[in-house]
Amino acid sequence: MGNRRYSMFAVAREAMRFHAGWERAWKSPEPKKRYDVVVVGAGGHGLATAYYLGKVHGITNVAVIEKGWLGGGNTGRNTTIIRSNYLQDPSAAIYEKARGLYEDLSQDLNYNVMFSPRGLLMLAQSEHEMRGYKRTVYANNLQGVETRWIERNEVKDLVPIINIDGPRYPVLGALYQERGGTARHDAVAWGYARGCSNMGMDIIQQCEVTGVRTENGKVVGVDTSKGSIDCGKLAMVVAGHSSVLAEMAGFRLPIESAALQAWVSEPIKPCMDVVVMANLVHGYMSQSDKGEMVIGGGTDGFNNYTQRGSWHHVEETVRALVETFPMISRLKMLRQWGGIVDMTGDRSPILSKTPVENIFVNCGWGTGGFKSIPGSGWAMAELVAKGEPGPLAADFGLNRFIEGRFIDESVAAGVAH
Amino acid sequence: MLILHCPYCGVDCEEAELAPGGEAHLKRFGPGSSDTDFEGYMFARKNPKGVHFERWRHAYGCGKWFLAARCTATLEVFGTYKAQNSVPHPDVIAAVKARRPDWEGYK
Repeated sequence: MGNRRYSMFAVAREAMRFHAGWERAWKSPEPKKRYDVVVVGAGGHGLATAYYLGKVHGITNVAVIEKGWLGGGNTGRNTTIIRSNYLQDPSAAIYEKARGLYEDLSQDLNYNVMFSPRGLLMLAQSEHEMRGYKRTVYANNLQGVETRWIERNEVKDLVPIINIDGPRYPVLGALYQERGGTARHDAVAWGYARGCSNMGMDIIQQCEVTGVRTENGKVVGVDTSKGSIDCGKLAMVVAGHSSVLAEMAGFRLPIESAALQAWVSEPIKPCMDVVVMANLVHGYMSQSDKGEMVIGGGTDGFNNYTQRGSWHHVEETVRALVETFPMISRLKMLRQWGGIVDMTGDRSPILSKTPVENIFVNCGWGTGGFKSIPGSGWAMAELVAKGEPGPLAADFGLNRFIEGRFIDESVAAGVAH
Repeated sequence: MLILHCPYCGVDCEEAELAPGGEAHLKRFGPGSSDTDFEGYMFARKNPKGVHFERWRHAYGCGKWFLAARCTATLEVFGTYKAQNSVPHPDVIAAVKARRPDWEGYK
């Protein structure tokens, strides 16, 4: 089941027999009594963790459990942007690892994730932003991340619909990452799920964790809505609900959850073939393959788990984008949604051991989770398999909060990212 | 839109008029405390899905800090009280219990 490779020949073969031979991409088994590793959360990060546990570290007695449906959390609620133009070295390393893995992820998974490195611009609309982004370009060059500074006329060439002469926030140039872009968010989750299932891992949906069982400071299993499951190691990869799960295991995280919302417009003819982020006025936009303008906005300032978002962000984001792209002013919005982002104080993720032995946590990706899925899974798998973080995860431990060794991306980006 | 009652000036104010200030009733650990206590005070948060006690400032009004009890899952506001309370006000506790009988109480 699901083991058959997808290929042109498979399509041709199925075309001959009324497409009766396609099977479900992954199995939906009942949970076993015990697994070597239980991953909580079948979103992109959880599934990628399981996938690389099997592929790189040979650990396949793994269950991925999910309280809702696969990829139904933030994996299905983002704006699908992929980039790695970060200022700090540890961030650039893990996000560039992720972006690099995205490049041939479709081939690796034998599942089309529609990675589209269409180019990504971060507009500089003030003197400070311009200096900041130039600094980022220099940092990226040292880190081996390919970005460059482009002047405003080149911005206009790349994005003809942009207004670079706005009275208040004229476009002064942009930080340009040519190999940044988008991917099909659901396909990333589905492709990883299929890969995990083919390695013999169990993906168990609609299975909510209700308790974490520990003995002598060591995890022994989880209680779920589908019964109790024993495990050797437990990986918590639940983004916005990390604090809730950590509470069950008896520790607290430096995380606050809030809703971040996004919108898509009605579909229109192709008009913009790059991703544009306008961080000063706070809005970002790309055009989906269906022609919808995909728009991201601001995060709520207060803790909540509503998957909805505050009303005033709608007005703020639309105002910012209409100023930047005057032609969208008559566009109707088709859908609006929110995801629960897990924000850390320094806006950098947590990949860490925890106070409970053999529990590992992967959270705090905040507003930048989708782009990091392959890199996060890669680093998390290494952490879970070896019990110690590898070079990618080493700087993202929980101990950085005690040591005051922050990876400060909040200042570097100035906004949600 | 979230609407909170400012216990100082008595205005029902909209969210855009307010500045959120995070978890309330944190015990401050300053110089001389242990690293773990200081980290807990600075960073570790309850971040519950449910009843949450939090700080707000009536930024575009009287400018004063006040405290609120609110459900983070439904945005229901149970009540607000003055910032001079070092533990949740009994009236607010009662209001929460009336709406959430299963609530385990302030911890």
